[in-house]
Amino acid sequence: MRKRKATVLLAGLSAAALALAGCANGDGGGDNGDNGDNGGGDGGYHIILVSKGFQHQFWQAVQAGAQEEADAQGVTMDFDGPASETQVDNQLQMLQTAIDSGPDAIGYAALDPEACLPLFDQAEAMDIPIVQFDAACNSEYGNYLAATDGVAAGALAAENMAEELGGEGTIGVVAHSQINSTSIERRDGFIDYMEENHPDIEIVDVQYGDGDHIESADIARAMINANPDLDGLYGTNEGSAIGIVNAISELGIDPGEIAVVGFDSGSAQIEAIQDGSMLGAVTQDPMEIGRLTIRNAIALIEGEELPEFTDTGSFWYDADNIDDEDIRQMIYE
Amino acid sequence: MSEAKTETAPGTPGSGWNWKSWIQQGLAVGTLVMLFAFFSFMNPAFYGWSNISGILLATAGIGIMALGTTFVIATGGIDLSIGTGSTFAAVVVGVFGVNVGLPMWLALIIGVGAGALMGFINGFNVAFLRIPPFIATLAMMMVAQGLALILSDVAPIYFRDTPWFSQIALGNLIPGLPNGVLIMFVLVAISAFVLARTKFGRITLAIGSNVEATRLSGIPTKRWLVMIYTFAGMFTAVAGIVMASRLVSAQPQMGVGLELQAIAAVIIGGTSLMGGRASIVGTLIGALIMSTLINGLRIMGVQSEWQFVASGIVIALAVWVDSLRNRSKST
Repeated sequence: MRKRKATVLLAGLSAAALALAGCANGDGGGDNGDNGDNGGGDGGYHIILVSKGFQHQFWQAVQAGAQEEADAQGVTMDFDGPASETQVDNQLQMLQTAIDSGPDAIGYAALDPEACLPLFDQAEAMDIPIVQFDAACNSEYGNYLAATDGVAAGALAAENMAEELGGEGTIGVVAHSQINSTSIERRDGFIDYMEENHPDIEIVDVQYGDGDHIESADIARAMINANPDLDGLYGTNEGSAIGIVNAISELGIDPGEIAVVGFDSGSAQIEAIQDGSMLGAVTQDPMEIGRLTIRNAIALIEGEELPEFTDTGSFWYDADNIDDEDIRQMIYE
Repeated sequence: MSEAKTETAPGTPGSGWNWKSWIQQGLAVGTLVMLFAFFSFMNPAFYGWSNISGILLATAGIGIMALGTTFVIATGGIDLSIGTGSTFAAVVVGVFGVNVGLPMWLALIIGVGAGALMGFINGFNVAFLRIPPFIATLAMMMVAQGLALILSDVAPIYFRDTPWFSQIALGNLIPGLPNGVLIMFVLVAISAFVLARTKFGRITLAIGSNVEATRLSGIPTKRWLVMIYTFAGMFTAVAGIVMASRLVSAQPQMGVGLELQAIAAVIIGGTSLMGGRASIVGTLIGALIMSTLINGLRIMGVQSEWQFVASGIVIALAVWVDSLRNRSKST
């Protein structure tokens, strides 16, 4: 472990990486690093997950799910990810380090679907199985993705927004990225659903705030000021949605006057839904993404057939069903 | 406000009547006025007070950071640790005020102290260990980010149990004006006074003009440098607190990347990257130009991609004008 830490340090992540390594080891434990070829069919595998991040509670839930499954199956799991979801370079470094350390399998969530191609070729050449989670690399190799169907999830958000607005009105979209596939799918799924089913609903503006709370709040304020009759705002991830909620409260607009639909959960968003400042949100099942990734990895190591894509599901929740047992399992504080 | 527009060599404090300096100031103010006129013409929603106060609030965090950085840059240094440093200070407030449960006022003081300590270490590394400012503060930037993540356990810390915490940025002591903006204006006044009217300000500019001459004239420049970085660190912490107040939480990944925006604001405002020349009001205007530009483009519904392009061009133009001026001075 020590050696790996040092490498990551040199890669320029210094303290951030230490924090990560700290929490990745916390409950996983164990000696990995030098047990690359302990093949056997009875578990004991070493699987490295390279995530899109680790600070965001979503990724922590993915990690928790993966850890749970890893413990249940008796495999060792390491979890790595860059400090922010814009750091494509850093993430590729981590994937490189993961490949170099020769694990039994790698789980990868692509920040950029093309930049990962050379490393996937390398993994293929070294015969390291790859499974993918959340977002895929455009590679023929390792083409097994466990993720939320983002287009369906965006459409689910649109459906509930349209119902609240009674089929007509104006909506602004605060998305978190122009290049990230989850952001693109949730945006397009939402916009396409509106265009197909609700011609009287107009999307007046789409802006991008990197999922940053303050940036997204500033964007939402500008949208509301530019469009005083705005009926709805849609945030494509947790940070975007919280930014919208903050902007509305900063402007002193009554909660509920503008219908706000968000994504994922987190305690601030849960509270906003409970107190009525948010209509509701679409949640994925991050724990299941983590669990399925580990299951897929083990199946692949043992030579089983895997589907190219498994939808881990998306679910609408609002003040009415937020306390249901099956919803509670998917949202996180 | 003329006392704040200071262009000076060692021994001539406050002799701010250089016409070139006025051109730079005028250009910055003129740019801001033109931006306002243009965006107001394009969309009347732009000059509504609700939007103006939004611009001011968006300026507050970066603006406060930039004020402290103005002093550091005036010495010919740079401070890259202000973005993640502000996050670190906010997390420290969260840890002591929420997790440990100290009274919030005490936690706020500890947070500002943490900012001062970061600045102190920066200054010590620059002045006594002779690490170039770029590297010393780059190192601090990483350390601060790491510590913010470690202390917060990589999760946001919420200040919900202290209702007045959100009032630090969002309350209205002056009706209609968010307190975060008020804090920025008060700090502008204080730092303008310190720069133009105190020994601290004079020595800051003297070090930036010619550190060797300053030292030979009997001023302990190393100790002063440490004090200047420490002073800047406190601004960083206040910026972090204002931003955390706006979010009612300390977000461990909050301030990443803000340092470059703050530095750009300082440079647009006419402070020289070479040191020796600084303007506090210029820094405020520089920060306002950045946030006005982004807000105006958003109000017009311009794509985010073009917002970056426009900001980049404005920064390049501002620094180009600055270099023109330096060239004419040296010939």
